[in-house]
Amino acid sequence: MEKFETHTGIGVPLRRSNVDTDQIIPAEYLKRVTRTGFEDGLFAAWRKDESFVLNNPVYAGGSVLVAGPDFGTGSSREHAVWALMNYGFRVVISSRFADIFRGNSGKQGLLTAIVAQDDVELIWKHLENNPGAEITVDLVGRTVSAGEIVAPFEIDDYTRWRLLEGLDDIGLTLRHEDLVTDFESRRPGHKPVTTPV
Amino acid sequence: MAGTLAEKVWDAHVVRRAEGEPDLLYIDLHLLHEVTSPQAFDGLRLAGRPVRRPDLTLATEDHNVPTTPGPITDPVSKVQVETLRRNCDEFGVRLYPMGDADQGIVHVVGPQLGLTQPGMTVVCGDSHTSTHGAFGALAFGIGTSEVEHVLATQTLPLKPFKTLAVNVRGALPEGVTAKDVVLAVIAKIGTGGGQGYVIEYRGEAIEALSMEARMTVCNMSIEAGARAGMIAPDQTTFDYLKGRPHAPTGADWDAAVADWTALRSDDDAVFDAEVELDAAQLTPFVTWGTNPGQGLPLSESVPDPESFADESDRVAAANALTYMGLEPGTPLRDIKVDTVFVGSCTNGRIEDLRAAAAVVQGHRVADGVRMLVVPGSAKVRLQAESEGLDKVFTDAGAEWRLPGCSMCLGMNPDTLAPGERSASTSNRNFEGRQGKGGRTHLVSPLVAAATAVLGTLSSPADLQTAGGRAPLASATTGEA
Repeated sequence: MEKFETHTGIGVPLRRSNVDTDQIIPAEYLKRVTRTGFEDGLFAAWRKDESFVLNNPVYAGGSVLVAGPDFGTGSSREHAVWALMNYGFRVVISSRFADIFRGNSGKQGLLTAIVAQDDVELIWKHLENNPGAEITVDLVGRTVSAGEIVAPFEIDDYTRWRLLEGLDDIGLTLRHEDLVTDFESRRPGHKPVTTPV
Repeated sequence: MAGTLAEKVWDAHVVRRAEGEPDLLYIDLHLLHEVTSPQAFDGLRLAGRPVRRPDLTLATEDHNVPTTPGPITDPVSKVQVETLRRNCDEFGVRLYPMGDADQGIVHVVGPQLGLTQPGMTVVCGDSHTSTHGAFGALAFGIGTSEVEHVLATQTLPLKPFKTLAVNVRGALPEGVTAKDVVLAVIAKIGTGGGQGYVIEYRGEAIEALSMEARMTVCNMSIEAGARAGMIAPDQTTFDYLKGRPHAPTGADWDAAVADWTALRSDDDAVFDAEVELDAAQLTPFVTWGTNPGQGLPLSESVPDPESFADESDRVAAANALTYMGLEPGTPLRDIKVDTVFVGSCTNGRIEDLRAAAAVVQGHRVADGVRMLVVPGSAKVRLQAESEGLDKVFTDAGAEWRLPGCSMCLGMNPDTLAPGERSASTSNRNFEGRQGKGGRTHLVSPLVAAATAVLGTLSSPADLQTAGGRAPLASATTGEA
């Protein structure tokens, strides 16, 4: 997982609440054998609507999604996080996230920044008045900046620490790789291996 | 401090223990199949990580493979299998592909090769990994993120399980098998009864079981909600392992047996919960509903949903009877089936096939019934053929197939048609598990075989009553 300190990118206003994971990525896209390539399924149903925000070329390189409350509800599918990240999003801003989605995001390195709904409204207006405007998300200072707006955001300390250090679960375990190696040196010699005998 | 078998195996694998954090456990054996591994390998690729211990990792193709000759025709299944081959090649993981002499269902292959040994930790992205607990290993299913974690680190961060002792006292009556024992256990404690626990099966009836029968019991631990089931290793275990391709030899064997012999729950060990079963009271068991806990002795009748005290049980029973197309009060023996399936990681081993063959020998599969016999691995198939079991089955009108998961789950061409009813030696009778709209009755290989001959849910004893040829006494219990 890449370290995350600050990120600046085009903000995409998604004026919808209760965006569930079936909307983020429909079930028909779950038969894939990769963790990549899910960008085509992201918001698949909504993208059929010409007026959907992601169909506006100005947001083509968008990397900070600014959504309404209760983002990521419903099915636990990790594919929802993969789809957002495959598309190019590094941050989702919302006033409230579903627990499982937020957990899955933390595992994959997608920052879920909890911003007060009043501030989300201000950011939406800013983005709509200045399409293609950038947003800076500072994880060190826990702030989101867009134009003149500087808003604080919430994130739990453990997830923040892991993102700052660039540590996924595997990365965390690998910090103790010396202990694993040491354990391996003490394993009984009669334990089997799968290589040809 | 006195410890249970599960605690001893756990403690022997702790790589790191820190206050307020899960234990980091070392994994001795990681088994892979084509369905739950692709995203894990892709994760490694994205992060630029290798497989830490390819020599402790083994892959086989099982869920998607057709059991008739020829290539995979379903494009999604084909992609999954081809992806596994590519991943194993790229990351240096040993793979037994379709057609290989050692290919088969992952939980049949590991023990057969002697790779599953007492005191090991064994994981696989498959809930029936509990099977391997029959050897006194701590074995459990994991999710795709955890598969990636094990591939990268050979460890897993885990919160401790609770321990549940299931004591099966006394001796099993003739004709009552491991499958009947575990179905009775699940009916007794419910599909959630084992939630959060590792089960240890104990008692004379368990000790008397063969290794393959013990695997059948541990295999279905997950159907009681337990992630793992274990049986303490003993002489039966050692005898099974000795001489297998990956079993230790020479001085290593002696050292191993010395270690394995110590793997028992201490006499004063305390389990978090205990359940008692009287083996002498057990009879052939079958399921009537749509979860493995909805089972009864074959001699009983379809229950009336109103007879359940608990509201949620009542609703579940009513829904199950609607789905299964059954009326309360119908004797289970009157239920007519369309298909009989013998196979799966629960009952696809050589003793299972011998037991079923002994029952059908000299009989014909009933008119209008199709019987599928699917060995759990290529080795089981060869062994069965060398004993002439394939001939017994085909002479009786059954289909003799190639190894794979087959009709245990609707992921390959072997499925039930909507409304079709099966007697199945597999492990799940969930709605649609064997095919959309399919109706499943879980049974032992003996009941499956007798049912194939008579066309209705039956035990081998019913064949004698019906004037048929008596089964061979030595093969009636599925025990060595």
